[in-house]
Amino acid sequence: MSDMNFDEDLSGEGKKEDKPKLIIDGKRLDGRDFEELRPIKIEAGILKRADGSCYLEMGRNRVVAAVYGPREVHPRHLQDPSRAVVRYRYNMAPFSVEERKRPGPDRRSVEISKVSREAYEPVIMKELFPRSCIDIFVEVLQADAGTRTACLNAATVALVDAGIPMKGLITSVAVAKVDGKLVLDPMKEEDNYGEADVPFAFLIRNGKIESIALVQMDGMMTIDEMKKAIEMAKKGAMQIYELQREAIMKKYHAEDIEE
Amino acid sequence: MISNSRRIVLPGDLLSTNPKTAGYGTFVENGKVYAKIMGLMDKTENMVKVIPLKGRYIPSPGDVVIGVVREVVSNGWNVDINSPYSAFLPISEKPETKGRKLNDVLEMDDSIIAKVVGIDPKMKVTLTMKDRVCRPIRFGRIVAINPTRVPRVIGKKGSMIKLLKGELGIQIIVGQNGLIWISGDRKKVDIAEEAIYIIEREAHTEGLTDRITEFIKKRKEAGIENE
Repeated sequence: MSDMNFDEDLSGEGKKEDKPKLIIDGKRLDGRDFEELRPIKIEAGILKRADGSCYLEMGRNRVVAAVYGPREVHPRHLQDPSRAVVRYRYNMAPFSVEERKRPGPDRRSVEISKVSREAYEPVIMKELFPRSCIDIFVEVLQADAGTRTACLNAATVALVDAGIPMKGLITSVAVAKVDGKLVLDPMKEEDNYGEADVPFAFLIRNGKIESIALVQMDGMMTIDEMKKAIEMAKKGAMQIYELQREAIMKKYHAEDIEE
Repeated sequence: MISNSRRIVLPGDLLSTNPKTAGYGTFVENGKVYAKIMGLMDKTENMVKVIPLKGRYIPSPGDVVIGVVREVVSNGWNVDINSPYSAFLPISEKPETKGRKLNDVLEMDDSIIAKVVGIDPKMKVTLTMKDRVCRPIRFGRIVAINPTRVPRVIGKKGSMIKLLKGELGIQIIVGQNGLIWISGDRKKVDIAEEAIYIIEREAHTEGLTDRITEFIKKRKEAGIENE
């Protein structure tokens, strides 16, 4: 996604064709601080037919997650006699980016599906449901950098909403390096023109970060920067974790008050 | 509203530091008890468990379930019991089959009330119909609810079911898999169906029995006025 035209944000800035300035007067292009997340909105249980579902907005990202299962495995040969099979499908809608994306799985979405599934596999208690499968679907409706982190956050809420046994919650956030500075939760411009983009996912249990479930890196960073990035991501993840909890509490509390 | 002893917990929440108290919906790690599912925490002095709010039906022996025959095979019937695992009803477990063709006894798409007798380690579920409550369903209505709400429909020692049966004079059999068979006067069945949906929706609230009593009374009066 290197093809993009800048609108009003940059029109006044020095016209460097290849790499625009991403930090102006100590602030990011959208006015955020370096350690500030984009606004997040989470809603649980929005799909009637799915066992669990979630709609999530993270800045201009919009994703929907649906969880089905545990249910029978089709095709049959995939089933595992000792544990449940977890399947994760990440998909971008053709209209989610500026230039139409060819529908269907491609190299990128297959990779994201794989790493996301591997983040969930140790967290979901698969051994409780032998010979069954748990299907997680996430659809990106609108993309604005960091869609895999948004999808992981949405999938967690959907899994909890489906009542799937888990050891904790997965919360995900990215850190990027732009203009030599580390920034939390990069948006599209920072992702496209920054020097590095590192998505993290953490396993959070009882309000404490237990382990890292996913790390990827695009670009380069020094070891010290990486250490700082982890600390930044942890802080950001804790904020998202609270929002995820809130979304579920809201749904089940609403059921209470309703009458 | 939820009091503090019955708050909603999410997977990974710490419930207790005494591993001996771990009950349903929990797991123990490093001597601490955590919730493994989302649900209501139910904590007493010697037991902490999580009452699930969502989830699929996992069969266990002795459960009465309502199923639909999906396939007739040479030695019995494959039955869909609204669970990740399909069940099998062998001929030997179905009375009144002597000298009759399998298709005449139970056909595809027939609904049955059966009992789970066993689950082998491969999660193959075996059913039986050698029990007083077991029968093929030829009339009445089947209502589907979330299996985790079934205990509330039954109530403490069957109080809710007794209430519905007593107030409306209808037959009800609750399958543990979230399917409920109701039979009787059509208008009364309508009321029962609505009442069950209310119970499902408000399963984790207090004073439910009283509200249902009131609801049935109101509906019955409305019904009489219309006639």
